[in-house]
Order: sequence, then C-alpha cells, then structure tokens
Amino acid sequence: MASSGKILLAHGGGGRLTEELIRSVILPVFDNQTLSGLTDSAELELDAKSICFTTDSYVIKPLFFNGGDIGKLAVCGTLNDLAVSGAKPIAISMALIIEEGLEIEILRKILISAAQTAKKQNVPIVCGDTKVVEAGGVDKLFINTSGIGVKIPQAKLGFKQIFPGDAIIVSGTIGDHGMTIMSQREGIKFESSLKSDCAAVTEICIGLVEAFGSDIKFMRDPTRGGLSATLNEIANQANCGVEIYEEKLPVNPTVRAAAEILGFDILEIANEGKVVAVVAAQKAQSCLDFCRSLQIGRDAAIIGNIAESDYLLVELETFIKGRRIVQMPYGRELPRIC
Amino acid sequence: MLDMINRAYKEIARAGQTLGRKMNIMEVCGTHTVSIFRAGLRDALPDCLKLLSGPGCPVCITDQGYIDAVLSLSRRDDCIIATYGDMIRVPGRDGSLEQNTGRGNIKIILSAQDALKLAIENPNKKVLFVAVGFETTTPATAVIAGQALRQGIKNLFIFSNHKLVIPAMEALLSEKNHRIDAFLCPGHVSVIIGSDAYKPIVEKFKRPCVVSGFEPMQIIFAISEICRQLAEGTASIGSVYQAAVTPQGNKTAQKIISESFDIVDGYWRGLGKIGKSTLKLKEKFSSLDAEKQFGIQLALEEDLTGCRCGEVLCGLIDPCDCGLFAQNCTPDSPIGPCMVSSEGACAAWYKYARGKRRS
Repeated sequence: MASSGKILLAHGGGGRLTEELIRSVILPVFDNQTLSGLTDSAELELDAKSICFTTDSYVIKPLFFNGGDIGKLAVCGTLNDLAVSGAKPIAISMALIIEEGLEIEILRKILISAAQTAKKQNVPIVCGDTKVVEAGGVDKLFINTSGIGVKIPQAKLGFKQIFPGDAIIVSGTIGDHGMTIMSQREGIKFESSLKSDCAAVTEICIGLVEAFGSDIKFMRDPTRGGLSATLNEIANQANCGVEIYEEKLPVNPTVRAAAEILGFDILEIANEGKVVAVVAAQKAQSCLDFCRSLQIGRDAAIIGNIAESDYLLVELETFIKGRRIVQMPYGRELPRIC
Repeated sequence: MLDMINRAYKEIARAGQTLGRKMNIMEVCGTHTVSIFRAGLRDALPDCLKLLSGPGCPVCITDQGYIDAVLSLSRRDDCIIATYGDMIRVPGRDGSLEQNTGRGNIKIILSAQDALKLAIENPNKKVLFVAVGFETTTPATAVIAGQALRQGIKNLFIFSNHKLVIPAMEALLSEKNHRIDAFLCPGHVSVIIGSDAYKPIVEKFKRPCVVSGFEPMQIIFAISEICRQLAEGTASIGSVYQAAVTPQGNKTAQKIISESFDIVDGYWRGLGKIGKSTLKLKEKFSSLDAEKQFGIQLALEEDLTGCRCGEVLCGLIDPCDCGLFAQNCTPDSPIGPCMVSSEGACAAWYKYARGKRRS
C-alpha cells in the first residue's frame, strides 16, 4: 500500500493503485466469492416473482458517531428500505466516493463495520465501485448502497390498505439518531451519552408480515423528518387523519432533555433503526407483543390510530390534554437563539 | 399530575367567572410561545383566557434596515457573516441570507464564542457578528467584545441590535387600545434582570407579572397565579421559577452589560421606535463596532404591504386575522418576520394550530 497511508487521486484512477486498494483493503473485508470475481456485474440466481430494488446515498457528518458509522448506516439504511417493503434482502452494492487525503485506516474501519453489519444480517455485498475526488470535492467519504430483496408473498402493503381505526405502532424510542448526531456535531456533551439507534429492522418487519399478513397495512422507517414526516405522508397519501398521543410516545429521557436544550421537536428528529407500522386494530395488541418479544422492539408502543377526518392532518394529544397539529417539517431545523 | 393541572384549569375558569370577561395574558418570550403551542395549551386552557404572543422573539423584532445592512455586507468577498440560525431566513428587501448562502461566507453559530473563533481562524477576513437577542444573549456578546479587545483581534466586528424587554412592555402598555391584562414573564431573561425589574409594570401600569419556566406545567401554574391576581384586582410580581430567579438578578451579567453597552432609542419591527430600548457598544469598543467601522446607516423601516406582524406583536390581532397568513405568507416562504423564526408567533400558530380559530 502507498506509504503515505492516505487515499491518493491515483487510488481512483483505475490503474495499479486502484487495484492495490481493491485487493488489499476492500476484498479482504467483504470476503465473498461473487465480489472477489471482480466481474463487471454480479450474477444472482433468484427464484422469485416479485423483487424489490432500492438505493440510497449516505453523506453523514461525522463519519463516526456513538452507536455507528457511515458504513453501518449505509448497510442498515438500504436493508431497512427493503424491510419496510416486505422484502427479504438478497444482496447489496456499495459505491464509495472518497476525498483525496482520507486515511486508509479510517476507510478500512468503515468498510469492516459495513461488512460486519451485512454479515450479521446474512446479506452479501456483491458489487461496488470506488472513485476518488480532489480534496474539497466531497467531505471525506460518501457512500451509495443499493439493495435487492425478494418480496415475501404474505406482504400486502400500501397506503391504499390504510383505513380509519387502524392502529399505529412504533418499534422503539424516537429521536435517538438525530439527537446523537446533532449534539456530537455541535460539540455538546450530555452526562449520560446519547447513542444512535442505527440498526437493521429486517427481523421486525419480516416477522410482522410473516405472522400477520395483510393485517400489516403499511410500514416505513422514519428517517429524515422523523415521525412527523412519516405520519404526514400517511395522512396525505392514505387520505385520512392521524391521531397520536404524547404520553404513548417512547422517548429516551436523555434524548428528550437534549431536544429540549437544543430547541428541537422530538417528532421531527431522524431515526435509523425504527419502523412505524400501521396495523389492523384487532391485531394491534398481538403485533405489539410480537415486536416487544424481539430485542430491537423491546420499547415498541401503540402510539395512536388512523382517524376519520375531513382534514388530512396529524394531530397530537399532549401530556396536558391539549391538542395540536403535527406539521410536515420545513426541511432544515435551525437551533434556537433564546 | 393531571389532578394538579385540572385543579389549575378550574381555578382559572373560576377567576374568569368572577371577572365576568376574557382575560388577556401576553407572553413576551419566543420560547414561551413555542412551548405553549407545542403543549397544545391554547386548546387545553379554559375559554375565559386569551394568550397573546408579544414581542419576545429576537428575530421578529429586528427591523428590516438592520437585515438589509447585514445582507449588503454578506455580498462583500472580504466578509464572513456569523449569525444565529433563525436570522438567515428573515427576508430583507432583496432576499434573505439563506438565499445568499451559496457564497459560503454565511456561518451559522450557536454562541458568540463561535464568532470570536471564526475571526481567529480567518485572519484575512472580516467577521461580522450579527448580535441580536435580549438580555440572555447580550452578556455573551459583551464577553467576546472584551476578549477581542484584550487579545488584539482586529477582524471581529459586532453589529449590535440587542434589545431590552422592559421598555417594550412599557411601550405596549402605553398604546391606547392595547388588550393586555397581565404578562407571563420569561424565565431565562428574568434570571439575568431579576424579578424586581418588573416593578414599573406592576406599580405604574398595575399589571400582574409572573415569571415562569418553559415546562407546560410551570406555565399553567403561572397563568393560574395571574388569574388569581386579576380576579382579586391586585397586581404583583410572582414567580413559579423561584429556584433560578432572584429579585436582584445576576449582578455579574448586569455589570458586564452596563460596562459594555450604552442604552439608546431603537427601532423594533412592527412597533416602531421605542425609547431607551436598544443596546449599542460603548465608545471603548469603537474598533469592533460594525456600524462605525463599516459606516452603516440604518435605513428607516418601510412597511411591508399587507403584513400585520406589528399588530400581532402588540396582541391586537391573532395571526390568522392577517390576510397574508397561510396564504402568501408561510414558513416555507415567509413575508413577515413573525413567520420566519420558529419562535415567531405566526410560525408557531401556523405549525401547531392552523385552521383552528377560537373566539
């Protein structure tokens, strides 16, 4: 490996250094035959009528955060997009865009984390790409992952399945990822540290659909825009109202305190290891019991329901029994100043 | 907990009956405004109560001339603008700072210290600190002014538009047709100025002033205390934030403010000129004073067509009574300043209670 220990532009040039990077850093980490063949495309043998295909890019700053890193996030994010569609993951691709000067050890650490996450979920990373851009061209490292999954036959998911009376379940505490990143970015220290919830929700989503079939109406991972964005999308797309209850929302006390100090609305904060599920009312308790039986769903809760309403609004009943509208977030949360 | 809340609601309702009319209580702090909406308090409180959102958000009360001056400096290649987040979306006559961030010279900061740091890290640039806020943010500005002077930092420029709360409250009560019966007073400002600062409001204008923190429970109990006073026909200073607020306030913070700033007349968006309400750096800080060093002449504010933010700030109308509200003026595309800041009365109203009209 080049003596500097840093990524050079030549590492992305397609020549000797690129090959060296792939052979000495990337392949040993991912260690699977499809990838090691270094063919132009990965060949996958599937026996399925319906496949799901998704892609997402990851540009998170900082690269490492409490509870994860960009590598773990890039794998989980794509697995979660498949999971909420009711698809079992088959394979993932991973494309790296690296800023010249990034330390190779940092890259290796991130790739190992991605590989471990994928391995734990039993999903191979079967193809990829590496590009290097000049310093300042990107911020250290951007990753794109795509994923292919096989839709399980019991899955009957979609906005059209949602009706008034359906219950809304969230699989655990909300706001952990976003508050961790924001407080880390702003250099604010909390006594008991915050930890991102970055995780794959495959087990919970596939488990729900396999056990309850069409009684699971809709699932979504509430990432950017948090619960507010997901619930508003449900109201708008399913042409209904949504009612949720503040006292039912699972929130880690440290996350709540951090959000209060920084002036954020917990409902608008991103999650990276949670799922919101709309389920038939009569199966709500069984679905909740199932979620809670899993380690990743131990804090799951029924937070509200789909409502008959003339307005496509999300309404929150607060702790003090007041009601207010939960709006779609503007898109850029700004810290308060007084 | 709910028992205590329900008891407070009942006491409020009883006070309303005793008085036989609606009670208008004004909060003068953006954090209160947001907390009240976020908790759904307007919906939960008895109908005999009307909560008015006064001039408590530093962004909302910053006049357009000031924004225009910052915008014009942001177009200079040798300037970095260091600003609190909410300011970047305030529309001036020619766009907002957010629309100008493509130049990369507008930096969002969380504290005044960040502005000083920017100046040290960028010795070849002039760093303009957009110094707005009430008594809570003012001491931090004073601290960096002192540090910059002592450390010989020549490229930090402070554009002070710090405001004082009490003169604004007095100005509102001096309006002929105001509707304010009492004030819910801000916790963190009161920590600095002390609860005795509200004496003129209580003694001269006979309006109850009760200091509260930002927890919905505290706000409910403060409102209940206000209603009790109104029903009894008394007016005194109260606090449900006693742990942190003392009658005299924080003497150290007050000292550094008075040693660093002169109190001058100043413009408040929507309210116009208020005597002795604005803080400008003292003569000894001339070398850091952006207005002096850049020769800024603050142009007088022109009214925005149709925008009724001024009346909203005075408690004369609700945001939904303004013709622009939720039509031409939304948080995504604000016209008036009260829609810009997340703590502005119109933005909070839009976000948490839109469509709901209460008589």
